[in-house]
Amino acid sequence: MKTPIYFALMGLLIVGVGVFESWNNALFVLNFGLISAIMALGVNLQWGYAGLFNVGVVGFVALGGLAVVITSVSPVAPAWQAGGPRILLALLIMVGVITAAIMMWRRLPKGAMRGLIVGAILIVGFFVFRETFDPAVAAIEAVNPAQQGFLGGLGLPVLLAWPVGGLFAAGAAWLIAKTALGLRSDYLAIATLGIGEIIIAVLKNEDWLSRGVKNVNGLPRPVPYEVDLQQSEGFVGWMERIGADPVIGSTIFVKLCYAALFLAVIILIVSLMQLALNSPWGRMMRAIRDNEIAAEAMGKDVTKRHLQIFVLGAAICGIAGAMMTTLDGQLTPASYQPLRYTFLIWVMVIVGGSGNNWGAVLGGMFIWFLWVEVEPISIFLVSVLTSGMDATSPLREAILERVAYMRPLTMGLILLLVLRFSPRGLLPEK
Amino acid sequence: MDILNALVAFTNFVIVPASAYGAQLAIGALGVTLIYGILRFSNFAHGETMAFGTMFVLLLTALLQQWGISLGPLPTALLALPFGIAAAAAFVLITDRTVYKFYRRVKAAPVMLVIVSMGVMFMMNGIIRMIVGTDDRRFTDGARFIMKAREFKEMTGLSEGLAIKTTQVLTLVVAVITVALLFWFLNKTRTGKSMRAYSDNEDLALLSGINPERVVTITWLVVAALATVAGTLYGLDKSFKPFVFMQLLLPIFASAIVGGLGSPLGAIAGGFLIAFSEVTLTYAFKKVVTYLGPDGWVPDSLVQLLSTDYKFAVSFAILIIVLLFKPTGLFKGQSV
Repeated sequence: MKTPIYFALMGLLIVGVGVFESWNNALFVLNFGLISAIMALGVNLQWGYAGLFNVGVVGFVALGGLAVVITSVSPVAPAWQAGGPRILLALLIMVGVITAAIMMWRRLPKGAMRGLIVGAILIVGFFVFRETFDPAVAAIEAVNPAQQGFLGGLGLPVLLAWPVGGLFAAGAAWLIAKTALGLRSDYLAIATLGIGEIIIAVLKNEDWLSRGVKNVNGLPRPVPYEVDLQQSEGFVGWMERIGADPVIGSTIFVKLCYAALFLAVIILIVSLMQLALNSPWGRMMRAIRDNEIAAEAMGKDVTKRHLQIFVLGAAICGIAGAMMTTLDGQLTPASYQPLRYTFLIWVMVIVGGSGNNWGAVLGGMFIWFLWVEVEPISIFLVSVLTSGMDATSPLREAILERVAYMRPLTMGLILLLVLRFSPRGLLPEK
Repeated sequence: MDILNALVAFTNFVIVPASAYGAQLAIGALGVTLIYGILRFSNFAHGETMAFGTMFVLLLTALLQQWGISLGPLPTALLALPFGIAAAAAFVLITDRTVYKFYRRVKAAPVMLVIVSMGVMFMMNGIIRMIVGTDDRRFTDGARFIMKAREFKEMTGLSEGLAIKTTQVLTLVVAVITVALLFWFLNKTRTGKSMRAYSDNEDLALLSGINPERVVTITWLVVAALATVAGTLYGLDKSFKPFVFMQLLLPIFASAIVGGLGSPLGAIAGGFLIAFSEVTLTYAFKKVVTYLGPDGWVPDSLVQLLSTDYKFAVSFAILIIVLLFKPTGLFKGQSV
């Protein structure tokens, strides 16, 4: 009974934003809330179902963002001519060298020779790679760097980027799981923290791929543009009939379109996850989570199951990342901060209730709501509390300036309070 | 061919900065490793603890400078350091009593404490920014250099200069003193021994009458001191920017893990290993190679293995490589 009540309250909060601020803001909170909820579902799959501690969420989200660029941006023909094939060749060399090194390591007998040979393969391979890669990068980045300077993408419909984002994240997760899943929980945490940092570093610095900190703007949209709507007679006529301003109406209409798309995705993911949770597979996962040794004794391949669920969870985060970049309409690699995309997602999962999908959705939406609204609410409170003071008093100004940092403080406080007094979250696992 | 000049260039750009950075990481990693050894969790709030202590040092330094108090050639921050440590100690003890103690009492799973430390991290993050904002601040004063590049050239007649900053030497001196004190404390004093006993075998330590709460309190005090020292040294060497300390968390964790979690000696080795790898792999060797090649020859490229933006990637790569071969780190670490 708790679940519908909490969701109704959440709906009221969003309606409240609409009434007190604007419907545009309310839909902004709703749309990003839905995306956050999907990220929380991904983390919940890993943590709530299997007890895997992933602190590299930001990396998987960023890979989803990159997928949007690679899928939907039209290819930059001069850049491809300048260095496209060569860069692909360089990447093939890199994969070849690493594969060769791993193969040799497995084939050769143990001893000092093995280390030396594999080391030599890696070092020589690295220089061959750089020799092929560097000139190609320079050539590509020299092509009209103010607007292009990167390879562009495949020019496919942007909605296709969502599953592609999931695939990218799944690929990265597979690689990290292969190396780190055999290790203990703390090591997995640090390993994911590291891979998150590396993915962000690549996105920020490999300009040929993502334009780095120059950002990729004007990504294609799956929904109509406001300007087109305002010029379409049908839409303007419709707005006049319901007595709305066509300009505001068009922005709200676009946001509603996004909301519908996101809702479709979230319904699909939640349904699949509920089915999985209540299937023998889900029971096995929880059995492994609760007692690894017993599950292993029952003949379950714990490492393999962990790999599976880690990859699936990361894929969900990747899909959410692609959705977010689509909604933003731009890829801004510098905006991927672990505090916002890793630790905040964790707050969502814990507060919502780990192990419960509805809890993850609720936590995602509620914590996102707070993240957006804590600042205006605190500013409002502070101005009420200090209304007796002179408007230019330095104390008042200082307080107002500090209010922005209420965000992390509140998030931490909520997380600690929930962990202390309701460690199973708002909607506990059944 | 000019081996001497190449050596000087290498020392100037790699050995000196990497030693200082390595010492800073090592002291940071010692804090992480102690928490892991005694309280048995990876403390995500450690970066913020460093920032918190350093913030007090910074504010007090500014006050001292206003009063006209200085240490001559040494940075004034050294005078403020003990007060910064005290502030950090008070803060972590309050956190321990109000937050962590509960989870020890209910014997929560270690991973629970890691998540709790995330909450602490968020709160400290907000508090620090409320107090000092997010600006980049420099609080180094006193003499900037112990050895200037030009003086070195005049002294030796070499064409390559060697510059050593005061903060770099200070880092190493303070690090040596800190580490010596820590090891003396852990190995020679009764309290230190009880801490090690508790870390090695909790049940046995409890049987022999060691008070666990006392061990925990002292651990937090030591960690607060280490964090503030590491943060202040880093801040003096570079500058104080609150978010930098959160970024430092990856190389610090990497150092602690590479050395073997729970092993103080390992943390130091790990710190230097990570620092030297980061600096060496991201340094552009053009100058050094030019000296080593034939006269008048200059390499076309920068001879840089990786762009400097990938330095965190280096710490992570080292971490993975070490763990693949030694799953508990170089010096046998603990596992929960």
